[in-house]
Amino acid sequence: MKPFAYARPADVAEAVRDVAAEPTAVFLAGGTNLVDHLKLGVARPDLVVDVRTLTSREVTDLPDGGLRLGAASTNSEVAADRRVLERYPVLAQALLAGATGQLRNTATTGGNPLQRTRCVYFGDVTTPCNKREPGSGCSAVGGYTRYHAVLGTTAALPDPTAAETCIATHPSDMAVALAALDAQVQVLGPTGERTIPFTELHRLPGDDPSKDTTLDHGELITAIDLPPLLAGTRSAYRKVRDRASYAFALVSVAAVVSGTDVRIALGGVAHKPWRATRAEELLRGAELTGHAVRTAMDAELAAAQPQPGEGGGNGFKIPLVNRTVVATLRELTPEASA
Amino acid sequence: MTELLEPRAMGQSLVRRDGVDKVRGTATYAYETDVEHPVFCHPVQATIALGRVTAMDTAAAEALDGVLAVLTPFNAERLASTEDVEYAVLQSTEVAFRGQLIGVVVAETSELAREVADGITVTYAEQQHDSVLRTDHPGLYAPEQVNAGHPTDTAEGDVDAALAAAEVRIDHTYETQMLHNNPIEPHATTALWDPGAEVPLTLWDSTQGVHPDRAAVSQVFGLEEEQVRVVCPYVGGGFGSKGNPHANVMLATMAARALPGRPVKLALTRQQMFFLTGYRTPTIQRMQLGADSRGRLSAIAIDVVEQTSKVKEFAEQTGVPARMMYASPNRRSTHRLAPLDVPIPSWMRAPGECPGMFGPEVAMDELAEALGMDPVRLRILNEPEVDPDTKKPWSSRHLVECLREGAERFGWDTRGPGRRREGDWLVGHGVASSVYPTMRQATSTAAIRYRGGRYVVEIGAADLGTGAWTVLPQIAADALGVDVADVDVAIGDTRYPIASVAGGSSGTNTWGSAIVQAAREFRGKYGTDPRDGDEASGDVDQATMDDAHAAYAFGAQFTEVRVNADTGEIRVPRLIGVFAAGRIINPRTARSQLIGGMTMGLSMALHENSVFDTRVGQVANHDLAEYHITVNADVQQIEAHWLDEHDPHVNAMGAKGIGEIGITGTAASVVNAVRHATGVRVRGLPVTLDKVLAGLE
Amino acid sequence: MDAEVTLTVDGTRHQLPVDTRTTLLDLMRERLGVTSPKKGCDHGQCGACTVLLDGQRQLPCLALAVAHDGAEITTADGLAPAGELHPVQQAFLDNDAFQCGYCTPGQICSAVGVIDEVSRGWPSHATADLTGEVELSHDEVAERMSGNLCRCAAYVNIVPAVQQAGGAR
Repeated sequence: MKPFAYARPADVAEAVRDVAAEPTAVFLAGGTNLVDHLKLGVARPDLVVDVRTLTSREVTDLPDGGLRLGAASTNSEVAADRRVLERYPVLAQALLAGATGQLRNTATTGGNPLQRTRCVYFGDVTTPCNKREPGSGCSAVGGYTRYHAVLGTTAALPDPTAAETCIATHPSDMAVALAALDAQVQVLGPTGERTIPFTELHRLPGDDPSKDTTLDHGELITAIDLPPLLAGTRSAYRKVRDRASYAFALVSVAAVVSGTDVRIALGGVAHKPWRATRAEELLRGAELTGHAVRTAMDAELAAAQPQPGEGGGNGFKIPLVNRTVVATLRELTPEASA
Repeated sequence: MTELLEPRAMGQSLVRRDGVDKVRGTATYAYETDVEHPVFCHPVQATIALGRVTAMDTAAAEALDGVLAVLTPFNAERLASTEDVEYAVLQSTEVAFRGQLIGVVVAETSELAREVADGITVTYAEQQHDSVLRTDHPGLYAPEQVNAGHPTDTAEGDVDAALAAAEVRIDHTYETQMLHNNPIEPHATTALWDPGAEVPLTLWDSTQGVHPDRAAVSQVFGLEEEQVRVVCPYVGGGFGSKGNPHANVMLATMAARALPGRPVKLALTRQQMFFLTGYRTPTIQRMQLGADSRGRLSAIAIDVVEQTSKVKEFAEQTGVPARMMYASPNRRSTHRLAPLDVPIPSWMRAPGECPGMFGPEVAMDELAEALGMDPVRLRILNEPEVDPDTKKPWSSRHLVECLREGAERFGWDTRGPGRRREGDWLVGHGVASSVYPTMRQATSTAAIRYRGGRYVVEIGAADLGTGAWTVLPQIAADALGVDVADVDVAIGDTRYPIASVAGGSSGTNTWGSAIVQAAREFRGKYGTDPRDGDEASGDVDQATMDDAHAAYAFGAQFTEVRVNADTGEIRVPRLIGVFAAGRIINPRTARSQLIGGMTMGLSMALHENSVFDTRVGQVANHDLAEYHITVNADVQQIEAHWLDEHDPHVNAMGAKGIGEIGITGTAASVVNAVRHATGVRVRGLPVTLDKVLAGLE
Repeated sequence: MDAEVTLTVDGTRHQLPVDTRTTLLDLMRERLGVTSPKKGCDHGQCGACTVLLDGQRQLPCLALAVAHDGAEITTADGLAPAGELHPVQQAFLDNDAFQCGYCTPGQICSAVGVIDEVSRGWPSHATADLTGEVELSHDEVAERMSGNLCRCAAYVNIVPAVQQAGGAR
């Protein structure tokens, strides 16, 4: 770990100014991902700005009937909040499927969606990685791809030496639920406040895999807003993993059934939480039979690209995520599959 | 025949003597040794898989305040013995595998040591490496022998002719994965070099054997054994990886010698352990079975291909259990090693038997299926009267009884034809046998002293969670004919008489035999009314040793699996094992060990997999987030039972080893149950959901 | 770069300068001589270092000491006065819920946290009815204790130990 200065400013405005002024500065909240990366040499800041106690730790009701999650609220607290449990079970389930009790007691609402990929090559500074060291290449292509993307990648067989190649997935469970809920992200930056739709917080690798999100340097998440839901809305999160607990998703599904709308977000399949918009369109107003869902997901996954690699690659994710969506919607709408 | 002790303390479920210290966390492990002004080490590792270090830029590092030493191949002391290349740390610029130690930084704080080590620029001359294990590897060779002194190949009768004539044949290739021991306590050493002291070198090291550890270090550094003390009262797990020292111990010693008088601390990081502390080699096992239509085996053949490091041979004895499990007039076994540019394989719980009970026990299931026969019955039908390999009679063999009792406890008779569905889950049942040889090491001495009305037993044994702190007093009490509460033991220090490694499930047999001998010497000398300070010792080699029998523990494991019909997720709600392992000295600690072995077998079956990236030459998933060991939620009902087995041939306690048998056969039992549940036959471990997905509707 | 911090560990107050890089775990183990919390992975992947940090089970290996100025830490050794055992510790002894002992202090602190979290009605991944009552059932305990790896695999003994201690409250 290289030495760094530590600052705990008096308020968020000062924190934002501090980080904005120093190109390598980072925010520290729960630290469960940052401290990990400091040790590995993946994160090499000169300045760490502690915001853990600066943003709100509260979950508050919004006038429109939604909920505001303060950025410093912990994953445990949000997952145990009665309003979240009753109105947004998909979020509680996603949080409870992530990490462990200890980590959830530390990790925060603001930090969780900003955690970085668990690609083993990203975490190993002795191997090339475009996300960690832009232009160095991608070690994952043709390597260990079990936890890697099948959607939103640049090509069927990306060039591992190309600077834009990255097949990493986003590891957060919480983020998948927030994408399905159409949450809104409250951000404070050097130029002021703005609100970002959660589905636009994360990005595909594009021409710069080093950037996970659309936040500018110095922008800080201060809260995440959950919009109100129609009466009768049902939601669920289903995570499929290699252990029964304490493992990142192979694939995961957040589903929200609200009136005639179905919203589906997928985890473990792309560089960002993947809204299955094509499938959602096909399913809007339709009866959610297994056949209908499967067909809609076939369309969603038509462009999916399996990545070969050690241990058989990740092609299994394509049928797996389809089957998981079918199963999740079957649970949510038993009347349709009956 | 050995005169068996009358069990009084033995057989009691005594609570662990080290328990209170462990639940408080005050039991002291190697790195935690309280020493004055310690300094901290961080190793430097090679980032190429083959080649040579041409330069290391350490000047800036050495100039930093707080940096006390930077040792590299260019300035490290020359070792007295470089015979074992694994121990010849920093003796050459050659790099034989990625992650090899090429330096160490010693600094006043651990943060500084790590920062400096990570910042050293290394220049290499890199060569093309070869780390792909394959059955057509051009370098495949037959080692002189395989581990534990077994012959590399064996043959009896005419397997090919028997297979040609067999009514039913099985011919499949099975693969077991690379596995890492991953004790939760990382390999760690606190080392002090005090050249003026009577014993100049002290190592507080995490080891399964203080005396073997001392022997290796003494030889490497050209010291007399009396000049070295190794202390290790507690070991945070080892499972074989601390059975002999690895390069980190030599590096810590070297660092200490560079800083006389300053205690140095070196703990490998979890990531470093995947390069430096050994692993179970992946194996490829071609299994051939021939049988008549009634299920009588006529041929058993296993041909094993596995890997070794090119620079230090390790020949896992994978084919050994297939030599003795079942009767067949025609038998063959072979081992071939692929020498690769990979980290050095080493011991991992039940080396040989653990991987070697996968292919054969799945093949038996496949044969039962081909015959339309119950797999329990098939095994019973092929029970050998004597050891098929050595022709010796069994000291005791109760595999059939284990299979029968296990079947009854499990409710095996309710097993239907398979593909039973309960809700969203497909349910299946599987079985496999377990085996582990009963071993006794050649060297161990125990001393018994009478002091202040108590008996103190001293022996340099190790308790890596096995229960030695608690079990050895039980043996001593019965050997002395006294209450166990009047017996103390002292273990884990080379100041005590020499003890063998805690390995091969041999600790209780070996150390216990020495203790029994010491007790006999003590009573012979001093009778039942000793005086304060009376002392006697006994050696294991004085104890009766039976060579006329083949001695093994046996067992049977029954598994229920549930496979999610949508996602293929595999769960194991029930795993029931029944073992015949001689006398159980402490049922409480024994049950924990057997269940622990079975759970590790479950972990091997479903989760663990060191995915070797052959392009880079390293394990890709080299941490505990990505290398999955079974967690609490993966475990539901696991039961270990045992038969009341009396074996008069093995030792005075009548006890066989129990530390390793639990992991043998488990993975086969799980895979066989997955087949029953889904119809999918998985022949490569681990069995993960992607392997069964295609078989689901 | 150094900064001054004040911490209370098992009731003892410490004030000292720390490197900004120093984790709470290394501070305890390498500076304060508090070695009850164990280092198994140093990356939040094993749970061996679990302590009660400001009343909740957390991982000091992922906590920078400088960011926890004023913190109150209880390790397994601080759960009960010398010569006594906390009910969770007693339950681990009674159920032989450990072997090598290295993950044990973390398991025990985690179990204390689990019992508290259940008493507050916090659901888990194993809770079928998220808004219903939460009990210390096998599946609930196993899921909640899954952040503590035990390589000796005492899991089948850990679950009843936690249930015993939880029920005794």
